[in-house]
Amino acid sequence: MPLSPVLSVALTLVAFWLSRALYRRTRFFLLHPVLLSVAALIAGLRLARVPYQTYMQGGQLIDFFLAPAVVALGLPLYRQLERLGRASLPILASTAAGSVVGVLTAVFPAGLLGASPALLATLAPKSITTPIAIGVSEVLGGLPPLTAAVVIATGILGAVLGPPFLRAIGVRSPTAFGLAMGAASHGIGTARAMEEGQLAGAASGLALGLNGALTALAAPWLVSLARSLLGRP
Amino acid sequence: MIPGLAILFCFLAVGEQASRLAGIPVPGSVLGMLLLAAALRLGLVRGETVQAAADALLDNLSLLFVPAGVGLMLYFDLPARDWWSVLAAVVPSTFLVMAAVGWLQQALERPAGPATSSQPPGTEG
Repeated sequence: MPLSPVLSVALTLVAFWLSRALYRRTRFFLLHPVLLSVAALIAGLRLARVPYQTYMQGGQLIDFFLAPAVVALGLPLYRQLERLGRASLPILASTAAGSVVGVLTAVFPAGLLGASPALLATLAPKSITTPIAIGVSEVLGGLPPLTAAVVIATGILGAVLGPPFLRAIGVRSPTAFGLAMGAASHGIGTARAMEEGQLAGAASGLALGLNGALTALAAPWLVSLARSLLGRP
Repeated sequence: MIPGLAILFCFLAVGEQASRLAGIPVPGSVLGMLLLAAALRLGLVRGETVQAAADALLDNLSLLFVPAGVGLMLYFDLPARDWWSVLAAVVPSTFLVMAAVGWLQQALERPAGPATSSQPPGTEG
């Protein structure tokens, strides 16, 4: 069945619009707009027997704006760092630790289970915001669409189970709470952290930006470190 | 909106060129983000100039990764073994990151003067 680029864009916009409306009405985490619109589009494409490549002739026009959106993240990143001033040093340290832990503890168990180098590269950026994770996955030789799905799943997991977990392990400072949410589960965790208050929300947004940047810079080395620890350099 | 978009795309172009020339495996967009933050810090770019364009992109960020997400349809036939790897990479790691960041940040906050936390006294052993 023919699917013009214009129709692909139209269908993507309509699917997202309806999904977001449903999510706003229900606030049910499994109805996350990205999850729902992706599921609806995949179902539609498969029913109509349209290959992904055909859909992407239009889809890439939306996808194209991911890269400038990542650059735009520089603005909130700068503002948060300015606002926090001297308090940003410990924040930088704990987020850096989170970045190292996030990549190593993702790649190591997967490697032990025999994941291919491409799959390891796909999984390495799982805790960072989707647009950056897609770029990192691409650069490392992973499978960017699978990275996108894994990142979204990580975000939902952290947003749902993170708050009770953090309370259970005794994390009470709102800044620490927000940073942990943002570093582990990026934007979806940040949306949840905002419900805990302004300070937690701001800290979470900062962790999202910092962890994205730090992981993008460090991931190539961390992945090869994990692979040499696994004896598969 | 236009000046902001122009600035964002200029920083993206510079970031991509830098990533290519330096041969470093970091996405050009991330380098562009860091360069933009630095330019804002140095006062070379004013926040208000990029605000409208940045808001337009960031307010609709979720929409932008839907097409990439649809690409998941290419991996439905991934072997079961790989799905176990995915699970093993996602679940423990998410909690380990939270514990590492939460605990470290809380430990670093305490000695530094008035803590931002309102810790009830004597609730921790």
